[in-house]
Amino acid sequence: MIRALRILAANPMSLIGLLLVSIIILAATFAPLLAPYPTHNGAIVDFAYANKAPNARNWMGTDLVGRDIFSRILYAFRISLTLGVVVLAIAAPVGTAIGLLAGYVGGWVGAVLMRIVDVFLSIPPLVLAIAMMGVLEPTLTNAMLAVTVMWWPWYARLVYSIARAEREEGYVLAAEVMGAGTPHIAFREILPNCLPAIVTKMTLDMGFVIIIASSLSFLGLGVQPPTPDLGSMVAEGARYLPDSWWLTVFPGLAILVAVFGFNLLGDGLREILEVDE
Amino acid sequence: MPAVIHLLLRRLGISFVVLIGVSMLIFAIARVIPGDPARIALGPNATTEQIAKLRTAMHLDESLPVQYGHFIADVSRGDLGISLYTNRPVTKDIAQFLPATLELVLLAGLIMIAVGLPLGMLAARYRERWPDHLIRVLALLTVSAPGFVWAVILMLLFAFYLPLFPIAGRITDSFEITRVTGFLTVDTLLAGNLEAFVDVIHHLILPAIALSLSGIGQAARLTRANMVETYKKPYIEMAQAYGFFPSKIARSYAFKPSLIPSLTIIGLDFAAMLGNAFLVEAVFAWPGLSRYGVAVILRKDLNAIMGTVLIIAITFLIVNIIVDMMIAFLNPRIRHSARGSA
Repeated sequence: MIRALRILAANPMSLIGLLLVSIIILAATFAPLLAPYPTHNGAIVDFAYANKAPNARNWMGTDLVGRDIFSRILYAFRISLTLGVVVLAIAAPVGTAIGLLAGYVGGWVGAVLMRIVDVFLSIPPLVLAIAMMGVLEPTLTNAMLAVTVMWWPWYARLVYSIARAEREEGYVLAAEVMGAGTPHIAFREILPNCLPAIVTKMTLDMGFVIIIASSLSFLGLGVQPPTPDLGSMVAEGARYLPDSWWLTVFPGLAILVAVFGFNLLGDGLREILEVDE
Repeated sequence: MPAVIHLLLRRLGISFVVLIGVSMLIFAIARVIPGDPARIALGPNATTEQIAKLRTAMHLDESLPVQYGHFIADVSRGDLGISLYTNRPVTKDIAQFLPATLELVLLAGLIMIAVGLPLGMLAARYRERWPDHLIRVLALLTVSAPGFVWAVILMLLFAFYLPLFPIAGRITDSFEITRVTGFLTVDTLLAGNLEAFVDVIHHLILPAIALSLSGIGQAARLTRANMVETYKKPYIEMAQAYGFFPSKIARSYAFKPSLIPSLTIIGLDFAAMLGNAFLVEAVFAWPGLSRYGVAVILRKDLNAIMGTVLIIAITFLIVNIIVDMMIAFLNPRIRHSARGSA
């Protein structure tokens, strides 16, 4: 713990990452309190203030129907973070379990499982999510489902490669000799050694899930208006470039800042937990 | 080189198995659709007889394995069905839109390699010094935003504020180029129209950079990480003891062995670009597969959706085989091995 803090302190970039992530999480959690116009989260119109450049009343300007962009970005962070947490909370354990099974048990079960993983990994991630949203209705739940379906194989492959290497280690052999069962060895012996890599990947993946989810809504296949979403905000504003630049630039930068924060933190964790790239 | 040929055959075999799996996955996704595909295709005003007729034509009344069999039989004949959106064979539509996307992705891939690898090399050579820190932060920044954000930012900066590049499209409308390959860079040259060729390149640059940015970051990070590991090897120390120039050590001794693991990921990044092209194309009004893909998805045009995903998956598999072959050529252990056990 002390060593971790020392590494974190010696690495200003991961500290900045921690700071950014904390700010984003706080901003999302307390959006109803922090947003200057909390009602602008929904389908409200205020044409008197429509399409205004950033000013003292609206720091990031207003959108085409007069909603405060800053307030909407705070609420959009809630959607992005919720989606990220739900997706990873399902994809990581499922992928880990499958990877452990394939890596430790091996044999034909492992071969079949990993070929299935290969199939998922052989379609570009965004394309698979787009295809799924193509047949599903564009709602938040379905977006979560589509991103989860494309995400678990990455964990399966990561854990598989670690489990394969650990299987030959002395402590696993010792456990086997002492008669420990497969579940015990997989979950109590091997899994703890996969955790640093999994935790690091989950931190970095929060950023990637935000990217994929905002990409889906940018294409009109994710969360639907009037729910604020960073991707659909950029898409809406892109038609009004360059005059109404604030419509796209602020939501775009919001994605950049949030993902950059998770990436910096993930990189720092990688060093602290000594995970190979 | 028998070892390399052996490897090629092996890779083709694995790819074939994966492709069967991909076709099953795509088929499964298409059957997830709630509601009757025939009704969706014909719209709300269709009569029961019309729907029944289309259901028979689409084999919807048979069991799932039989339906899958029909799907595979059609695909292997090169028949992806009729698009409900354009009323044309899906293969024709894809043949029309794919070259524009591939042209963009290929240039973006070249930029990724040409910029990403040297940046990673530079960072590794000056590891833990300021060029390294700078490159690492920049690389992390580029992977921290989706393609459409970079597209919007680049467009704003270099097409609107500094009007260096065109805002949208593939070519200025006044040029009339006969379509031969669909790749405008090739077609303009075939037509002998150098002016049009320059115009096409001019249109390509900004979207290609927007598409390549996150790939550049990935490639630089990976090359750096692999090279830093290689620098710890004793033979580097020996080269240093011999008094070789640091630039020579970086190029000949540290970079080459690090290239091989980097290449695999570069193949994956190329795949990601096929997806991200959807985002960049949307911003730059690029007439590629994206506009078609999104249009058919919004209309729940099943044949076209399945066909598009299948073609992208096949393109990706081909790229990966090419990357594996490049690795085999670069890696003397595979190139010279008698049996090609890799």
